[in-house]
Amino acid sequence: MDRASDKVIITVVGKDTVGIIARVCGYLSEHTVNILDISQTIVSGFFNMMMIVDMKEADRAFHECQKDLEALGEEIGVSIKCQREEIFEKMHRI
Amino acid sequence: MINIGEVTETNKMVEQENLDVRTITIGISLLECIDSDLQRLNDNIYRRITTVAKDLAETGKKIESEYGIPIVNKRISVTPIALVGGAACKSPEDFATIADTLDAAAEAVGADLIGGYSALVCKGMTKADEMLLRSIPAALCRTKRVCSSANLASTKTGINMDAVRLMGEILLEVAERSKDRDSVDCMKLVVFCNAPDDNPFMAGAFHGVTEADAVVNVGVSGPGVVKTALEAVRGENFEVLCETIKRTAFKVTRVGQLVAQEASRLLGIPFGIVDLSLAPTPAVGDSVADILCEIGLEYAGAPGTTAALAMLNDQVKKGGVMASSYVGGLSGAFIPVSEDQGMIDAVQAGAITLEKLEAMTCVCSVGLDMIAIPGDTKASTISGMIADEMALGMVNQKTTACRLIPVIGKGVGDTVEFGGLFGYAPIMPVNRFSCEEFIRRQGRIPAPIHSFKN
Repeated sequence: MDRASDKVIITVVGKDTVGIIARVCGYLSEHTVNILDISQTIVSGFFNMMMIVDMKEADRAFHECQKDLEALGEEIGVSIKCQREEIFEKMHRI
Repeated sequence: MINIGEVTETNKMVEQENLDVRTITIGISLLECIDSDLQRLNDNIYRRITTVAKDLAETGKKIESEYGIPIVNKRISVTPIALVGGAACKSPEDFATIADTLDAAAEAVGADLIGGYSALVCKGMTKADEMLLRSIPAALCRTKRVCSSANLASTKTGINMDAVRLMGEILLEVAERSKDRDSVDCMKLVVFCNAPDDNPFMAGAFHGVTEADAVVNVGVSGPGVVKTALEAVRGENFEVLCETIKRTAFKVTRVGQLVAQEASRLLGIPFGIVDLSLAPTPAVGDSVADILCEIGLEYAGAPGTTAALAMLNDQVKKGGVMASSYVGGLSGAFIPVSEDQGMIDAVQAGAITLEKLEAMTCVCSVGLDMIAIPGDTKASTISGMIADEMALGMVNQKTTACRLIPVIGKGVGDTVEFGGLFGYAPIMPVNRFSCEEFIRRQGRIPAPIHSFKN
């Protein structure tokens, strides 16, 4: 049985610096992950971003992207998390 | 579409408020393993468990990583072994070999605990039941993962006082055998009134005979989330308080429902139930007692505690029921002493007594849980405490239980360390007056009248 959705939430949290979005988007486009929505705030110098992406056409499996992005985060000095969208959808929508 | 605030809220629950899924428990029927030859029976059981649950650990890890929600325990529950082993076992030692098999099977599939070394004796005991109960000390002391339980009473049948008397003695024997480790094996043994067939929580989980071949049950945990939500409504009226608890319980339970469905899909085993319990851990901020304090008590145990707990328990259910398609198990706030830092603080401050805990068990699941008592407590006294708890469950048509730890060689004022999720516990004083003559009586207490309810 296939899962209902390939939507994934990517959150990036950490110290603000130049090019965070560029680096993350660069990785996503390289692996044909489609970005559906981006929102971003900066709270007292801390960068806080959320992306909703679609991994249907991605050329890498979910857990591989998860690892890559985690490594990328370490490189930039931020924390990058990938979670399937359902956990948020279930919790916040009836 | 989901917004950044909602994502942050969910992740904050996990990262700062200890939201987790306490357990994914696969219930496995062992009825098909029954054989009159003990070796064949053991082989069948091992094969059955390691086949059905082979992907348990892997599945837990996968869900954990995909959703970013910790899954603390992966467990297995099986058909009560007294039923499975009855045809093959001729002695308590024969039964204990099945405990070895369960332990090995659980280890092989990476399950943290396996429950179901159990007997259902709420009305009477078969020879097999009695042998199983007598084998519990040996079984628990030589295995790591096996948990044992016995259903001693029910609203429909009354209380089997012979079994209550026996379990007082058995518990002391378990304590004695593990006295060099602060009698810790006692925490793997629990006795019930009205035991549910689909409980995912240990030590009381077993796969009831009313269940299908295999089933996935999930228990969630989120006292820290409820506590944090209540911090935002300090001083508000009861309506606001209750709404906040309900809304929070809904969110927490939805996570459990999602995990249960996903585990069911990955394992190819039908989804059973989500257990709506608020299960605390010794981690700071993951305490049911702290919720009671947030509601307005100086310590758990202060006057008003029973009312506050009744309200909390009811709101958790009301919020949780809507969040899940099937609810079952114990479903209520747990009030263990050792696993809850706020409870430990209350004991140490002298705010809470065994008698108050007993009153609290009238309005929430699940009973006198993880309570360390002096090691010189008499077997009849332990049976008396069990009988009281069984009576509360029987008359109030609810599940109640006792998981007491008589710590051999220690007394009031001492503390015992259980380690990990189980925490530590100050030894609580027990009423020193005797109930020996009462416990010595043979037979059972009849079922209560089901009419004239006052």
